[in-house]
Amino acid sequence: MYTTDLRTAEEKARDAKLKMPTKEEGEAAFQARIDADEYIEPKDYMPEAYRKTLVRQMSQHAHSEIVGMLPEGSWVTRAPSLKRKIILTAKVQDEAGHGLYLYSAAETLGTSRETMLEQLHSGKAKYSTIFNYPTTSWADVCTIGWLVDGAAITNQIPLCRCSYGPYARAMIKVCKEESFHQRQGYEGLLEMMKGTDEQKRMVQDSFDRWFWPSLMMFGPPDSDSAHSSQNMAWKIKRFSNDELRQRFVDATVPQAEFLGIKLPEQIKWNEETKHYDFGELDWDEFWAVVKGDGACASNRMDARRKAIADGEWVREAATAYAEKQRAAVRAAE
Amino acid sequence: MSKTTDWDLYEVFVRSKRGLSHKHVGSVHAADGRMAIENARDLYTRRSEGESVWVIPAKQIIASDPAEGDALFGPASEKVYRHPTFYDIPDEVGKM
Repeated sequence: MYTTDLRTAEEKARDAKLKMPTKEEGEAAFQARIDADEYIEPKDYMPEAYRKTLVRQMSQHAHSEIVGMLPEGSWVTRAPSLKRKIILTAKVQDEAGHGLYLYSAAETLGTSRETMLEQLHSGKAKYSTIFNYPTTSWADVCTIGWLVDGAAITNQIPLCRCSYGPYARAMIKVCKEESFHQRQGYEGLLEMMKGTDEQKRMVQDSFDRWFWPSLMMFGPPDSDSAHSSQNMAWKIKRFSNDELRQRFVDATVPQAEFLGIKLPEQIKWNEETKHYDFGELDWDEFWAVVKGDGACASNRMDARRKAIADGEWVREAATAYAEKQRAAVRAAE
Repeated sequence: MSKTTDWDLYEVFVRSKRGLSHKHVGSVHAADGRMAIENARDLYTRRSEGESVWVIPAKQIIASDPAEGDALFGPASEKVYRHPTFYDIPDEVGKM
């Protein structure tokens, strides 16, 4: 935690009696602070449900960054040029970094990193369903940068003003770095679209597979969204899933047209609303993937478990070395 | 599957350039201080955000309690006379 409480149990009990606000007082002050657009910081009073919601959302977000390295990671050794290889390596390293910023922020709420990782590996915690789709061509790496990171940015920008301070600060860092991810992906596709017919076909095929899943990244439609209204009141969420999805479609369609991609026929400019209509998404597919039906769901968790198991000797060695150093310092004292 | 146990948590402070002070940026887990510095460097300075890093075991930080906020910091807000704008100086005197 940022701030460890060093009082003795006795002092704590005394202070608790003296200062502890009643639940009602605490919640009223908490909500007033949020209504005034102030941030909530780690040791502030907060309702248990707020804490729980944030731990769930932030750890899921962190897990998504970590699992998100896997579909792209397998292309590091297959990148078409050295330039693309170092770019992809840097991007994958960023995803690890984003995961760690988020775990670090989530830990301030009192849940250990160990616990969060166990929840991921046991399947109790979820991560973004998009990472359970396979990456079958190099174009997918570029499309992920453009669409998946693009959708993530659309989701994350409002989170930079989320009411929980450590989460908001983590999001500011993430958003700054994420912009490179989107641009490198789009630029990669632009290059492929200048290439051979086969390369153009790869781009189109990749777009066709990723476009709809990327729209599902915003979550279920507002009419079915379980957490929305309370999260709005707490300013954990500032725009609804459907609003953000529309914002993403409106930004993406002209970019796709510029690339020369053939868009699905459901995409139509609506002169009245001044937005692109895109019809209904296949929510049965979404829920199936959430429940673990994605082509790669079990591969992803196997890869994670293997990484943890393979790294065990390194952690053991580092722990033993640190202990030896500490013993040497003690002996010299 | 092997079990992982968290290493100690270190809070990380980065100085972006000489002449400025170190600023809190987040935390890392590490087996020892040296590893904490290296992890902090990998995590928080990938884009030249810093030229100096401090790490401090999180459990060593002693912090004020938000519940005491009013008692500690409230009185300062009543002491307006500590600010130069509290005093009326005629314009003729010039800049002071």
